[in-house]
Amino acid sequence: MDRNFLKMALVLMTLSVLCSAAGAVEGERLKLATTTSLQDTGLLDVIKDKFDEKYNVSLDVVSGGTGIAIQYGERGDVDVLVVHDKERELKFIKDGQGLERRCIAYNYFYLVGPKDDPAGVKGMNASQALAGIMEKGKIDPAKVMFISRGDNSGTHAREKLLWKKAGYNYSAVNSSGPWYIEAGQGMGATLNIANEKQAYTLSDMSTFMAYQGNLTLVPIIEGGSELLNVYVAMAVNPKKHPNVNCELANEFINYLVSAEGQDLIASYGTEKFGKPLFSAARGNCELMGCNATECAVPTSASCAAA
Amino acid sequence: MEEIYSGLLRALELIAARDPQVVEITIRSFFISLSSAFLAGIICIPLGGIIEFRQFWGKRALINLIQTFYSLPTVTVGLLVFLLISRSGPLGGLNLLFSPSGMIFGQAILVSPIMIGLTITALAGVSTQIRDTAKSLGATEMQIIITVIKEARVAVMAAVLLGFGRALSEVGVAMMIGGNIRGYTRVLTTSIALETSMGNLELSMALGIILISISLAINLLLNRFQGR
Amino acid sequence: MALLEVRSLSKSIGPAKILNEIDLTVERGEILGLIGPTGSGKTTLLRLINLLDEPSTGSILFDGRMVSGKPEKELLSARRKMAMVFQKPVMFKASVEANVSYGLRMRGCVDATDATGGKMGMIDRVEESLAAVGLSGYRSRDANTLSGGETQRIALARALILQPELLLLDEPTANLDPGSAASIDSLLQSLAGSRTAVILATHNMQQCRKLAGRVAVLQSGRLMALGKSEEITLPW
Repeated sequence: MDRNFLKMALVLMTLSVLCSAAGAVEGERLKLATTTSLQDTGLLDVIKDKFDEKYNVSLDVVSGGTGIAIQYGERGDVDVLVVHDKERELKFIKDGQGLERRCIAYNYFYLVGPKDDPAGVKGMNASQALAGIMEKGKIDPAKVMFISRGDNSGTHAREKLLWKKAGYNYSAVNSSGPWYIEAGQGMGATLNIANEKQAYTLSDMSTFMAYQGNLTLVPIIEGGSELLNVYVAMAVNPKKHPNVNCELANEFINYLVSAEGQDLIASYGTEKFGKPLFSAARGNCELMGCNATECAVPTSASCAAA
Repeated sequence: MEEIYSGLLRALELIAARDPQVVEITIRSFFISLSSAFLAGIICIPLGGIIEFRQFWGKRALINLIQTFYSLPTVTVGLLVFLLISRSGPLGGLNLLFSPSGMIFGQAILVSPIMIGLTITALAGVSTQIRDTAKSLGATEMQIIITVIKEARVAVMAAVLLGFGRALSEVGVAMMIGGNIRGYTRVLTTSIALETSMGNLELSMALGIILISISLAINLLLNRFQGR
Repeated sequence: MALLEVRSLSKSIGPAKILNEIDLTVERGEILGLIGPTGSGKTTLLRLINLLDEPSTGSILFDGRMVSGKPEKELLSARRKMAMVFQKPVMFKASVEANVSYGLRMRGCVDATDATGGKMGMIDRVEESLAAVGLSGYRSRDANTLSGGETQRIALARALILQPELLLLDEPTANLDPGSAASIDSLLQSLAGSRTAVILATHNMQQCRKLAGRVAVLQSGRLMALGKSEEITLPW
């Protein structure tokens, strides 16, 4: 028995060493943190395949809520971020954590809900609609409910902004009754909950379109500046985190804003959904609220550590 | 409920077709968990031996603490290890985060309490007469420890198997430390979590069935080794 | 100089005094019988001499050197010159060969010389010891499938193979059928005159008279008598 055990142990050890060695010997790796909603659309998988091939590297995508994605950047655990929350992006750059903002794409959030629109908010703008949902939800929570991401994500941040615009303190909203439910999960899971409960929710367009086949929810409010969703890439600042792969991060961002990258983004989803899930930043900078210097142009920041 | 049935069919399809992604994920799951069980084993078994054989102040309290940690939430261990190996953390220089090595490290930590604790239990179960016999035949203290470990090898092996099983089926550490990166750190459990959250329940179920089946096969195989 | 000298040895466990002021000596190559009823402290005395436990008071000298109360390292070298066979011996979860060769392997020694002066490997030594206890051919057997009598004899082989200067036997033929007991008795008899001294703990006076030159009588932890076996009469 001893000999068998030793043999087995040796085989296992060799195999696991080989396995990790194989990982170590591979080419360069670029670590990217993004939001679950963006990752779930599958866009990054397509970009990864093209980018990996072109530059002979491996793009490692880690996703979570915007909250943790930004944290990964602040901790230097990733080399580049792709997120969609202007307020936090600006803070990230201001704090010296990121090199530059680069707007790469946009789409819209949808306020989705049950076909029969029980809160009767169709036709309003987003913030007004939320106020209406809260009003009706407080009266009849069985009929009118709102599912929030509740996870500090970009979508959640937008939701909170809309409440603010509607004139409400968020803490007054999220504890005001059973009509308001915090899912604490990604966009897909949240949509599933909303579908189950026939409730309203705020969703990015891409995730909604990807899940639409399985849902009975419909977009109640789409478009409008209140629901604009701008995707931004930022390289992590090597001055703060000297071991990030700054050069490769910049190459990646430049790929995203290149003609090839922008074409890829603009056409993604057409095959599957009939219409693209994203609009490229190219040519739409003003609409997106991005300066010309940060919109669809290559990076200019240097990677020098000092 | 029909997801379970269709999941079973889908699982058979995937296995028959030897779907490359599923094969890759499966092999990675097993190597990471086997490696972490092995790594934990070579540290925890001797450690268990030392704790069992030495008398020291606080020994009972230590063993209690170890047993409490048997069922540490995997997400908590994942978070603790994350803080440890994040670039901004004390072990940041090792570049372990978001890599299979980091996952092996994290899972080894996760299963260590089980391995140490059950090794102690296994060794305590060996009769004192064995120790006396070994001692009277001229064994040194270290030789006695090794002899007792050999006597308890079936129970110690069970401890290692249990550690392996826990590593294989956990999500918290794999997700937080590995990041579920496609083609690099994605394993069966994190895939199941992902596919479920994306609504692909049939695929999720299929992956789960594959996980259980291969786990069963490994356990049966290792039981034959223990059969003596 | 005596091989073993025990002076005023006492052992208490809690309030109970198991051994009380034991004095005795064992000369090289002699066979000392240790006789006493159950509970008289025979096993405790053997364990103390084998340096498995520490005495409460008193001292033990082995080969002229004080060994009681010494650190483990010094105990080890003395202990390795002895071997003990327990009353109900246990086998390791291994083959007979692994069991019998255990002591040799722990000492790291393998080779020896045989009767003709040629080199003898581990397997040969194991076979020789097995033959001496009448169990040739048992080498590859699983040691945990043996009968009580066979276990007893393997345990004896396990000790004899070490060619100890002092052999401690706790009721070595208690579990044996008369035939096997007789063959073990003759084996022990053949040790007389060799360099192996033996302390034979038994409750069988006949065996004592047959094998032992001198006899120590133990009762309730006290040494009641010590002298030539033909001259001793039991107090019970």
